[in-house]
Amino acid sequence: MFRIDRRLIQNFDWLTLAIVILISIIGILTIFSATRQPSAGEAAQASFYIKQIVWLIISILALILFISFDYVWLGRIALPVYVTGLILLLIVLISGRTGMGAQRWISLGPLSFQPSEFFKLMFIIMLSNYYSFSRESLGVTGLLRVFFFIVFIPFVLLFKQPDLGTAIVILLIFASVSLAKGLYKKVIIMIVVIGMISLPFLGNIMWTGLKDYQKNRLIAFIEPDVDPAGIGYHINQSKIAIGSGEFFGKGYLNGTQGPFRFLPEKHTDFIFAVFAEEWGFVGSTFLLSLYLLLIMRGLDTASKAKDDFGRLLALGITFMFCVYFFVNVGMTLGIMPVVGIPLPFMSYGGTALLSNYISIGVLINVRTHRFSLFY
Amino acid sequence: MQTEKPEAQKIAIASYLILLGFLIILLRLWQLQLLQGDEFRKTSESNRLRIIPVSAPRGIIFDRNGIPLVKNTPYFCASIMPEEFHNANIPYLAGVLHIPEDELREKINRKAQSPFTPVRLKEGLSYDEVSYIEARRSDFPGLFIEIEVSREYLYGGIGAHAIGYLGKLTPGQSKDPEFKDVPPNAFIGQWGVEKLYDRSLRGTPGQRIIEVDAIGREIRLLKENPSVKGADLSLSIDIALQKAAEDAFEERTGALVALDSDSGEILGIVSSPAFDPNRFAKGVSPAYWNEIMNDKKVPMLNRAIQSQYPPGSTFKIITAIAALEEGVSASASVTCSGGMFLGSHRFGCWKKEGHGTVSLHRALVESCDVYFYNAGRTVGFDKVHDYALMFGLGEATGVGFGKERKGLIPNTEWKRKERKEPWWPGETVINSIGQGYVATTPVQMAVMINAVSNGGNVYKPSIVKLSGPVLVRKAAVKPETLELVKKALEGVVNEPGGTGHAAHSNTVVIGGKTGTAQVVGIKKDSKYLAEQHRDHAWFVAFAPVDKPKVAVSVLVEHGGHGGSAAAPIAKQAIEAYMLPVEKKKGLMHVQD
Repeated sequence: MFRIDRRLIQNFDWLTLAIVILISIIGILTIFSATRQPSAGEAAQASFYIKQIVWLIISILALILFISFDYVWLGRIALPVYVTGLILLLIVLISGRTGMGAQRWISLGPLSFQPSEFFKLMFIIMLSNYYSFSRESLGVTGLLRVFFFIVFIPFVLLFKQPDLGTAIVILLIFASVSLAKGLYKKVIIMIVVIGMISLPFLGNIMWTGLKDYQKNRLIAFIEPDVDPAGIGYHINQSKIAIGSGEFFGKGYLNGTQGPFRFLPEKHTDFIFAVFAEEWGFVGSTFLLSLYLLLIMRGLDTASKAKDDFGRLLALGITFMFCVYFFVNVGMTLGIMPVVGIPLPFMSYGGTALLSNYISIGVLINVRTHRFSLFY
Repeated sequence: MQTEKPEAQKIAIASYLILLGFLIILLRLWQLQLLQGDEFRKTSESNRLRIIPVSAPRGIIFDRNGIPLVKNTPYFCASIMPEEFHNANIPYLAGVLHIPEDELREKINRKAQSPFTPVRLKEGLSYDEVSYIEARRSDFPGLFIEIEVSREYLYGGIGAHAIGYLGKLTPGQSKDPEFKDVPPNAFIGQWGVEKLYDRSLRGTPGQRIIEVDAIGREIRLLKENPSVKGADLSLSIDIALQKAAEDAFEERTGALVALDSDSGEILGIVSSPAFDPNRFAKGVSPAYWNEIMNDKKVPMLNRAIQSQYPPGSTFKIITAIAALEEGVSASASVTCSGGMFLGSHRFGCWKKEGHGTVSLHRALVESCDVYFYNAGRTVGFDKVHDYALMFGLGEATGVGFGKERKGLIPNTEWKRKERKEPWWPGETVINSIGQGYVATTPVQMAVMINAVSNGGNVYKPSIVKLSGPVLVRKAAVKPETLELVKKALEGVVNEPGGTGHAAHSNTVVIGGKTGTAQVVGIKKDSKYLAEQHRDHAWFVAFAPVDKPKVAVSVLVEHGGHGGSAAAPIAKQAIEAYMLPVEKKKGLMHVQD
């Protein structure tokens, strides 16, 4: 299982790894800038970047671990892994640590982690594995079966936490992977029609199920100037940060929106705004291009996968990053509602970084092992 | 796996969609950073830049001997930033700040207009409270301590009317361009010299341009235009005299003005009762304000310049000067049998058994009414009026602070114009002894006695030390006249039978004149009269007699006899003034 042969080294996806590590380093530099204490009088609590460096090292090791075996194994253990994931989500719901008005954490002694971060990958593995059993396009019953047995339970658990961001990501991954798997045209048409009819009802149900802060975010997205110091505050401050960067940026460590605490969650969800303020249009375009390259490389990996499982796995992971990227950057730019999801590899957060690296590990695995036949 | 053509197609479609999304993001970035970048850059600047006015330290006010009368004292205030404050901490914080919980809750929730505007919770924290909070900073997120400066009046109410007090800008003042450089919450002088010299005392405020974070906390100082400290001010007040005089008044109502003989500088100015300017220093409390405003003794009235009283027998000085100047011989005598008839009306002398035969000197020493009835009748009251005006009575002295009253010295022309009546001979009689229409303020009487004792120089009184005196006029009287009067005034205090014996001092030779001004027409023994019907007691004095350095006027409202009520006050003020400066500093507990 843990053989390393020359062919694996040759086929190793250095590009993806390089992009991801480069983004992570940019991320750590930006976290440093965002959390620096501009006034000397304040107690230095800016150890975020050090923690992030430690997590990066752990993450790279985990990534290597997840490349070292053929990903086909993941398909074989998909079901137990998935069930474990569900149980973890359930535990969080029952006895989770509350953070930001939502229960997302499980404490294991000194460590605490967010099972939902790892669950996404488990979900993708489960879905890809299930879809790879048959080469037939999905009909209505097939789709409904998948929806109820694989998607619905975690969606409800996540929605209840509430972790709206991850819940939506799960739905989007389900939709995109299903499309990639192949649906009959009439099914697609039917879903679109039913969706449009039921949208008002669904919207209503969703709306009443939302917490106040979630509702406020949606209101603020539609009308950010309603209350600039209140619910529209995040978006306005984020736009000010990005816009004031202008073409060349204010320069590294010269941003003011983040460290002076105008911008909330500056080192987590709004880290792109901090970066854009300091590096301007030039730097932002460069950073965004890295993400584009990563996503395109992921799609390429999917198209080169040796089997359906690998292809769907690579697509699922790529779509996941894609969703995170567009929703997060769109949010900081004020063209998407504020959904509390981080920017992969940039945002501060150990669990997210680790799970992202594991996902990238799996993605690289699919590419690296595309020639090895191991049945 | 080349057979999977539709799969490749799907991936191609996905790529195009992703590229489209990427383009949208780039366009948005273009819009924010390049099209609207300038605007956002400005917003981010104003986000983080604050211009904080820096109040200038207020000038210190000294007495004439360099004794500081005020101090700028820092005090601590507790404020919170509502955004960061947890309401669950209210009960705990209420205990720490010693504020009732309800009041604190109300303060915090009332001004919930913006979570980024600080709310002041308490002013004037004790050191214990400050150190308790500082040691437990982390217990109270959003709570911070600010330092403000207040004015401390070192001698409390002593000299309150002269020194004045500070207050916030009134609505009228905040529109006045004169105060446009005053920060909105700053205190400015609203009374006394604090008001009169506010412009120079308050200095020029500076500015600090600072970087702040989202909750307004200072991050870094970018630029500082230092404030310019207000100019110090040396008053002409002698705080030792001032204190001695106020102490001498005890609880009584009245006024005292003491002037420097050679310049007219005010050495002391008392209006009793006064108020405590320290209670205004951090903003006057409604309770104290109501207490002052409802006090029947009207503490906010500066009686020294804003109240006028009949001068009573102190006015005989003027009548005496008029008589001597108009040809009455000092040796000419009048026989007092306790009263004088004018027609059928008898004008009594205060001494019922009469003074016997008296000339000018004895008449002044014993304050014989009958002598001055005759003197007034001899020269006519129009003449007396002219001399009164010559010595500064009947006109505002121009002392400069507060609304001064002019007093009244009547004459026949005034009576005809104002009252549309002729002047009756009896009016000459009573006005000649300072009753009737005659009314003067304590400051006028001080100017008068000063001019009489210093050779006829009527000076404009000044509350600050002057480089040179401001002479209003030199009284056109013969030096011998003034010498005769001064000799008599020395006798009032120092000769047997003198009415001002209570002002006799063992340390300095004082000259003076008592006055007892009738409040109601019937004259009875003042002991048995209700206080509001008792006579006002006057005493005007100067010392030392041979080379005067100080002139004083004292009025005690409803004090009874001038000799017993007012003269001791003048004496104590004069004695305090004559002390060596070092001794004064010791008395006032001055620390160098």
